[in-house]
Amino acid sequence: MSPLLRLILQRLGLALISLLLVSVVVFLITAVLPGDAAQELLGQDATPETLAALRTQMGLDQPLPLRYLHWLGGLVTGNPGRSLVSDAPVMELIGNRLPNSLLLAAVTAVIAVPLALLLGTLAAVFRGGWLDRLLNNGAVVLVSVPEFLIATLAVLLLSVKLGWLPALSYASDIDSLSGAARVFVMPVLTLCCVVVAQMMRMTRAALADQLDAPYIEMARLKGVPPLRLVLREAMPNAIGPIANAVALSTSYLLGGVIIVETIFHYPGVAKLMVDGVSQRDMPLVQTCTMIFCAGYLLLVLIADVIGILANPRLRHAR
Amino acid sequence: MNASVPARSASAASARRRSGVFGLGVPGTLGLLVILAWLLVALAAPSWISAGAQDIGGLPVFAPAQIGHWLGADYLGRDMLARVLLGARYTVVVALVAAVGASAVGTGFALLAAVSGGWLDTVLSRGMDTLISIPSKLFALIMVAAFGTSVPLLVTTAAVIYVPGAYRIARALAVNVAALDYVVVARTRGESRWYLMLHEVLPNIAAPMLVDLGLRFVYVVLLLASLSFLGLGVQPPAADWGTLVRENLGALWEGGLAVVAPALAIATLTMAVNLVVDALPGRDARKAVR
Amino acid sequence: MGARIEVENLRIVAGDVGLVHDISFTVEPGQVLALIGESGSGKTTIALALMGYARRGCRIASGRVRVGEVDVLTLAESGKRALRGRKIAYIAQSAAASFNPSRRLLDQVVEPALLHGVLERAAAERKAIALFRELALPDAETIGQRYPHEVSGGQLQRLMAAMALIADPDVVIFDEPTTALDVTTQVEVLAAFRRAMRERGVSAIYVSHDLAVVAQMADSILVLRHGRMRECASTVQILASPADDYTRSLLAASRIGERAPDVSAQPSAMPLLEVTALSAGYGRVRDGKCEHPVLEDVEIQLYAGQAIGVIGESGSGKSTLARCIAGLIAPAAGTIRFGGHPLPATLAQRDRETLRRVQIVFQHADTALNPAHTVAKILERPLAFFHDMDANARRRRVAELLDLVKLPATLAERSCVGLSGGQKQRVNLARALAAQPDLILCDEVTSALDPVVAAAILDLICELRREVKASYLFISHDMHSVRAVCDAIVVMRYGRKLAQIAREDYARGPHHPYYEQLARSVPELRTGWLDEVLAARPAPTGVFVP
Repeated sequence: MSPLLRLILQRLGLALISLLLVSVVVFLITAVLPGDAAQELLGQDATPETLAALRTQMGLDQPLPLRYLHWLGGLVTGNPGRSLVSDAPVMELIGNRLPNSLLLAAVTAVIAVPLALLLGTLAAVFRGGWLDRLLNNGAVVLVSVPEFLIATLAVLLLSVKLGWLPALSYASDIDSLSGAARVFVMPVLTLCCVVVAQMMRMTRAALADQLDAPYIEMARLKGVPPLRLVLREAMPNAIGPIANAVALSTSYLLGGVIIVETIFHYPGVAKLMVDGVSQRDMPLVQTCTMIFCAGYLLLVLIADVIGILANPRLRHAR
Repeated sequence: MNASVPARSASAASARRRSGVFGLGVPGTLGLLVILAWLLVALAAPSWISAGAQDIGGLPVFAPAQIGHWLGADYLGRDMLARVLLGARYTVVVALVAAVGASAVGTGFALLAAVSGGWLDTVLSRGMDTLISIPSKLFALIMVAAFGTSVPLLVTTAAVIYVPGAYRIARALAVNVAALDYVVVARTRGESRWYLMLHEVLPNIAAPMLVDLGLRFVYVVLLLASLSFLGLGVQPPAADWGTLVRENLGALWEGGLAVVAPALAIATLTMAVNLVVDALPGRDARKAVR
Repeated sequence: MGARIEVENLRIVAGDVGLVHDISFTVEPGQVLALIGESGSGKTTIALALMGYARRGCRIASGRVRVGEVDVLTLAESGKRALRGRKIAYIAQSAAASFNPSRRLLDQVVEPALLHGVLERAAAERKAIALFRELALPDAETIGQRYPHEVSGGQLQRLMAAMALIADPDVVIFDEPTTALDVTTQVEVLAAFRRAMRERGVSAIYVSHDLAVVAQMADSILVLRHGRMRECASTVQILASPADDYTRSLLAASRIGERAPDVSAQPSAMPLLEVTALSAGYGRVRDGKCEHPVLEDVEIQLYAGQAIGVIGESGSGKSTLARCIAGLIAPAAGTIRFGGHPLPATLAQRDRETLRRVQIVFQHADTALNPAHTVAKILERPLAFFHDMDANARRRRVAELLDLVKLPATLAERSCVGLSGGQKQRVNLARALAAQPDLILCDEVTSALDPVVAAAILDLICELRREVKASYLFISHDMHSVRAVCDAIVVMRYGRKLAQIAREDYARGPHHPYYEQLARSVPELRTGWLDEVLAARPAPTGVFVP
């Protein structure tokens, strides 16, 4: 096996171990520490007999490791149980909502990633100049206000004052093109504000590191013109860190999605999960959490692999 | 290589010449004043503000700004200014306690890991890496789902969520310091682990960790505000600024002062902290290990 | 062919701080001018200004630079670009950092010729390979296909020279091109550079802190200090009759004689330190052998009062030896006996008294002193830790220690951040002395210092040898400093001890061939040294194809 392939498989293995450890943490927090789920479900008036019966039915009388394995098995086989509130299979609830969330994330990503890379590159190239300061200050403002402020201001401006857009989103409206545009504008706008700011800052840092490296000075002293300096010399070495920055920024995207889906009543998984949390619908919350964590870890893994492939030291390891 | 020495002394000279309190410069001093003002409000507002200001229906619902009621009224006709000032307690104090807790615990573990090395470092770092791979808002949601929303639990939740981040930064800084010759010399002298952690390493990571504390405070403020906004944070009748935004969302259609005011209060606080952080000397060292 | 270089009243600033003040000089076509000075003297800044380039935060405030017919500083950015790499080429100090890690070497070497439209790609590659041969690079045909991390430092330095010469420039700027290299590699690289320069007759600026190197390369020398010119004259004149005090101190520092401390090391019956069959390294240990051995089968005997120098190039294992004795690296095999008793392998197993008796002093005084502590706190800690002294006794002792290392007592309350490199190294030594050790391990204690400062530290060490009863193991790559302070020299290479030569025998050769090679490779402060070294061995085989 080539050393490169071995390195990538090693990263894959590490990511799987991470996911497994995350599942242990999630299980411990949601299933063990809060006390007795059966008691919670039946309330204070339950007789000891019904309580015991429910405990047996829920498998709560089994030892902890066994319950974990049972739970994990359910997750892996796509059968994480039923919602405590609606009694519908959790998989079905999530399956209905997941495409909506993925669509929202995809539209945001398509707009935010190129924009952030462009702005981050410009800021790095003109670092110390007015554009850099402007972008940096703008980014500081955006990351230090809560997402819901951006969302409410967007509603205030675009729906209330200007009346251009509806304040609420419903995915059923996306049949027509104009409908789709109207539904997506405000959620995507809000998400972009948050994600672009983060991603741009990290891109700038990664690229600026390279642009300050001695080999760039050497290239400059060879007479390499500015554009070629950035694209041919610095960029190939910044790809790994930038991919990493993009992946890490999805953590903010996820946080933003939770707020945005709630504020715009967008029927996605995040909204489902928030409702699940307020109703303490544990199977639903656990499953949503694991889906989000798996998605996040997958992106970080992809960034890692891109970083490995972009690094000649690793690519040509002997 | 030759240019770097005078260049550094030049920037040090300009730093020394900077005005403002503690050499923070004008923006930094401004930020510090805003933070202190909010802290004062947080501690003193409960004794300042008369109980009458909290009466339901004292004013028309979402009344506009007027003399004596500078921010108008909320969705139950209460004076909005009083609500915002009283809300500072929950937002500022809760976030401060949580951020300091996260930073202290994270730094403590990081020092232990960096100075000890070996299996202890591996186990601690592996554990923290696991926690950090759960995005913060998601982490907060499952903690709330499991433990509920009482104020002590919210403080604990926020602290637990940000320990791994503080640990990661502190460990990266501390590992660099622990590899330096002066720590090696102290080791060859036979110094105890405590001495190495507290006297050799800690003083040299304190400045960037202070910056990290500021950033972490901002994260906690935003996280708790978001939780409250989702209805999963501080519960009525108590209200932090996130809760105030949620309660008064209906005001959006009427001009929105009741909803914008608490949101702006959050923004002033977080931006003030950012201004101070930007002026602190440990900023570049903190950035370098990100 | 070379161009004439004229610099008039050059002034460079960083913000409102002046870096370079009123520098003027002329270099005739085909001549080599050396800019010499300590770190911070502005020599690199001046060299870069010849290309119309100033680093971030710096600005060329005024003055004129003419290269051939071109007035460099008045050119627009595009005009400067056309000059760089074409008319004026630059060779940087750290070749490893100056090549783009993600591009093949050949692509980077031919780039100046392609960028400036001097040659077609195929012709440029042929020329690059011819240059590789001329510069005596191995595998000239294929070395260009490698990435920077796949070749050695000395090879990278020569590849950078090939990159500089590919577009046939009129002027080449060498910026400390051999400072990062071992001495034996340095000779090869210097020889290759000089041959290439002479054959082309290009003009050159040679930036260095090492007078002995410069004496081989330059026709004239400009001495700089704190951004000002102290003296500018022909190399012969500077070496024979320097006009400036600072130049004289530089010359004195480069002519380190043997200081011959009159310490009569009374060879007692039993050595203080006895290293036997020591092996160490990294990775798993199996049957006393490491996966990656650094040190193999080393023997050393050090008697009380003696100073032994350990000399070797990078990778020779000399620092690992010091770290094994200090307890920082556990040996894989062999024994270390100290004062007649076996020395436990790790720090945790050594008692306080043992720890006290062995002290280590590191190379970089910058990182050896905790920037959060004052000088007094740094010196008092070993006093309190090893000797349980009370506050008054500690204060008195700190004053004595500072006096011992020739520092003013007022320094005690200063933070060590503001101290100069030489002052830091003195505090560093004082801390070791505070423990009252029997053995002091000095790991490259003068390598990071400017020559004048390093010479003063060597003087101090010789004095300490007379005044303080201790033994020294003096690790260094620098033959001069080892010969200056030590009673015997241990030569190491590839982790093995090759020879041990006593002071009395320094002049009575021949010794081990590698020792002779090392000794021959140390540049001497006179013109013509390099020619003698090169004449003393068979001519190089590289053939230049125009």
